[in-house]
Amino acid sequence: MHEVDMTKALFNSIEDWWVSQPERPEVETVHLLVGDFTCVEPDSLVFAFDAQKQGTFLGSATLEIERVPFVAHCHTCQEDYSPAIEHHYSCPTCQSPLDDIKSGRELKISRLDCRELSASQPVTAH
Amino acid sequence: MHQIADIEGMNLLQANQDGADHNRAHFDAWGITCFNLMSSPGAGKTALLEKTLGALCDRHAIAVIEGDMTTQLDADRLRSFGAPVIPITTGRACHLDSKMVAGGMQILKEEHDPHRFDIVFVENVGNLVCPAEFEVGEHAKVALLSVTEGDDKPLKYPIMFREADCLLISKTDLAPYVDADIERIRENVRAINPRATIIPISVKTGEGLDEWYRWLEHQLPGQRPSSHQHMSHQDEIAAVT
Repeated sequence: MHEVDMTKALFNSIEDWWVSQPERPEVETVHLLVGDFTCVEPDSLVFAFDAQKQGTFLGSATLEIERVPFVAHCHTCQEDYSPAIEHHYSCPTCQSPLDDIKSGRELKISRLDCRELSASQPVTAH
Repeated sequence: MHQIADIEGMNLLQANQDGADHNRAHFDAWGITCFNLMSSPGAGKTALLEKTLGALCDRHAIAVIEGDMTTQLDADRLRSFGAPVIPITTGRACHLDSKMVAGGMQILKEEHDPHRFDIVFVENVGNLVCPAEFEVGEHAKVALLSVTEGDDKPLKYPIMFREADCLLISKTDLAPYVDADIERIRENVRAINPRATIIPISVKTGEGLDEWYRWLEHQLPGQRPSSHQHMSHQDEIAAVT
């Protein structure tokens, strides 16, 4: 299950940022954008995240995943289309091969929701 | 609650990507071109390396960073061509990441003069899924697909074939016995990746090997066409967003 490794990579990326923060905030929600044309299965990613967060700085965080559809652009037809993953990647109209990918390769942190470490302090928006 | 602006849009694999860029900078400083060899288990990566070392070891200094579990016998066969074979510990990982390869590079540096080499092959873990998403610092990705795996595999595991700079269709000598349609494989790869170089090969008959060696040598510094720019996963995202 490679989502375990993906989750480790996610933890590393967030940790690099987190340790550089002067006040290390408590992360409440990690929002991810996951494209449909990646090797990531969102349910497995959530499962791996919940299993691996125990005892780490992300211990109380939840993972929210937003899917991004796979959209390609055909330069011949000047049209966008949605390839059928596992079946057909060429342009359905003119059969040109898959060229530019407009979306679907995302594996991005879209947002982190954090809480101030001291809960009694008023919460400020940055 | 507040939202953090400076991590927004960060790639999930940023830490790995940073490591890969770091590795590539070292390879560049050493004058090494690095090839990441990927395939499912048993597609013939080690057999290909053996042939390649045999053919090129008199005009190139080659090292192998070995991430796939091979036997000691395999490693000894590769070493017989004078190439250091550096095994790296992967635990039970299903792919290599840039940190593991950095460990192999450290051993290369400690045990040899890295400036002596001009080619490093990284033999990835046998898997058609995960290695495609993890750059290790390579200059080019080479995927192998053996004819026995079925001509639908490029459609089923598209990321690997999308990312490959060169696809080797291996074991072509077996094609008649397994009703493999090499043209169909080629079409399926073309549909996903029109830019990849596709070379059918057989280490048994020697088919395609000279073309493979030419492609390899064409990737070395001074040989690379200026238009050749390896486009990483992240670049591709950057280009479309």
